[in-house]
Amino acid sequence: MLRRLANVLLYGLLIFFAVLTLVPFAYMVCGALKSKYDFAASLFLPAGGGWLGVGWDRLTLANFARLFTELGLPRALHNSILLASVSSILTVLCCAMGGYALAKHRFRGRDTVMGVVLSALIIPGPLLLAPSFQLLYNLDLLDTYTGLILPGLAPAFGVFLFRQAMLNSVPDELLEAARMDGAGEIRIFFELVLPLVRPMLGAFLMISFMGTWNNFISPQIILQSPELHPLSVALNNLKGLYGTDYGVIMAGTIVSIAPVMCLFLLLQKEFISGLTSGAVKG
Amino acid sequence: MKSGRPHAPLTPWVFLAPYLAGFTLFFAWPLVRSLVLATEQTYGPKVTVYVGLLNFRSILGDPMFWTAVGNTALFTACSLLVQVPVALGLALLLNRPDIRGRRFFRLAFFSPSIVGLAFVAIIFGLLLEKRTGLVNTSLHTLLPAWDPDFPWRENYVMISLVGSTLWLSAGFYMVYFLAALQNVPRELLDAASIDGAGSWQRFRHVTLPEIRPVLNIIVLLVITGSFQLFELPYVLYNDTYGSGPENRALTVVTYLYRTGFHSGDLGYASAIGWVLTLFLVGFALVHRHLTRREET
Repeated sequence: MLRRLANVLLYGLLIFFAVLTLVPFAYMVCGALKSKYDFAASLFLPAGGGWLGVGWDRLTLANFARLFTELGLPRALHNSILLASVSSILTVLCCAMGGYALAKHRFRGRDTVMGVVLSALIIPGPLLLAPSFQLLYNLDLLDTYTGLILPGLAPAFGVFLFRQAMLNSVPDELLEAARMDGAGEIRIFFELVLPLVRPMLGAFLMISFMGTWNNFISPQIILQSPELHPLSVALNNLKGLYGTDYGVIMAGTIVSIAPVMCLFLLLQKEFISGLTSGAVKG
Repeated sequence: MKSGRPHAPLTPWVFLAPYLAGFTLFFAWPLVRSLVLATEQTYGPKVTVYVGLLNFRSILGDPMFWTAVGNTALFTACSLLVQVPVALGLALLLNRPDIRGRRFFRLAFFSPSIVGLAFVAIIFGLLLEKRTGLVNTSLHTLLPAWDPDFPWRENYVMISLVGSTLWLSAGFYMVYFLAALQNVPRELLDAASIDGAGSWQRFRHVTLPEIRPVLNIIVLLVITGSFQLFELPYVLYNDTYGSGPENRALTVVTYLYRTGFHSGDLGYASAIGWVLTLFLVGFALVHRHLTRREET
């Protein structure tokens, strides 16, 4: 009896928290699909004569249509996809290469480089905002994607994560055997090493894609031209202009979140295990 | 190694080249420059005047800066007190072998972590909106006396900020706690049960010491992350460029951003950056001192 009660309490709590977590998403989806009139009249879905007492026929895609025609969101969506894919692929490549050198090669200066990687983790990002802006100004890279992508290409924690992954899952004997067979270093890296750390590739691809997609401060500082803005900045501007047009803002939020959500659902296993791999063993 | 082609000494450097190039140009160089900038007053990136340590002296007497520090410290303390227990609590609820739908719950709790802070700000702006927002309308339905025009964002700045970051990160830290809880040896827990320990005592004397390292890391992550809060208040209160009502939402990084990029004084912004760094290094040192002592 007591056990049953404890179980009811446990599942009750879990469901309560799950609902609390998911309600904001549901509220966004429902709000994005409602007309202005229905937005004021109902909390989630509009009431009506349809299945479950919901007026399904009153749902509308008008908010999305407005976003994609007059408000120019396709531009921002395109920019976000372009920025996040280019920079995440390049970042993964740079970090994997660096991590490989630090994990699987013995050379003079390795400990120094490792020390540099670790000490870079201490410096908070905001400290570098002003000098980086000045540097990009001097290099004439302000208001360009190059100026936005280049500074983020080799984050220290990425190199560190890949070093750990290579130490754990790339056996030295395999590398030696490949070298004996006369395989070149580049081939070894791409055809032998990278497939062995595939889970970390997936996880870090997701981490850096998300990082770029969700980044607000750098594009806000570096990009002045509105046609270059990614979704994060464009949506904030949209909120400033059409703040009370709730349906439109909600539709914009859905468009901004859905792509990363899909990628996450696709890569969730690698992503979560990649996130926790470093922390738990240490 | 009889192939006659031992490790080419250059190979590792070739692999490290992209990282080292990026590090030198976009990390080390700006870091050095930030020291120089901190002694200058600038009008945009081009016009600079050397002012020595004036920036740091100005910071000490700058009431806006100390308002920002106060807000940020309060936010950090609240985040710590709310996020860590909630994340640990969720992990404990899910950490039972017989839970049905564990994958679903884990996914549901984790899903907000995918959303960027700027987007979280927009979502919570809509949820907390006067009259139309979900929070006010549902409160009004439940308690007819509740005024649906209640301006949450203006009256409850800290609750708005702490609540939205709790939604965002509780599931994220939960994943770490869950991974740690699954590494707690079963035999230890069973042995404690046999010795007659209740569930609280098992938690206090077996589980907690085992997950201590992860708990310590998370505490440090929450502190350093919260102390650099920017996007959330900046977008949530974008009508006042992140100050919020009576500057109650102004954080250190928001102030840094505004002095550097609204007023154009990159020098003062760099000086604020160094004071921020000092705070963070201080936290890390105190944290290490406390966790060291705990271990011995």
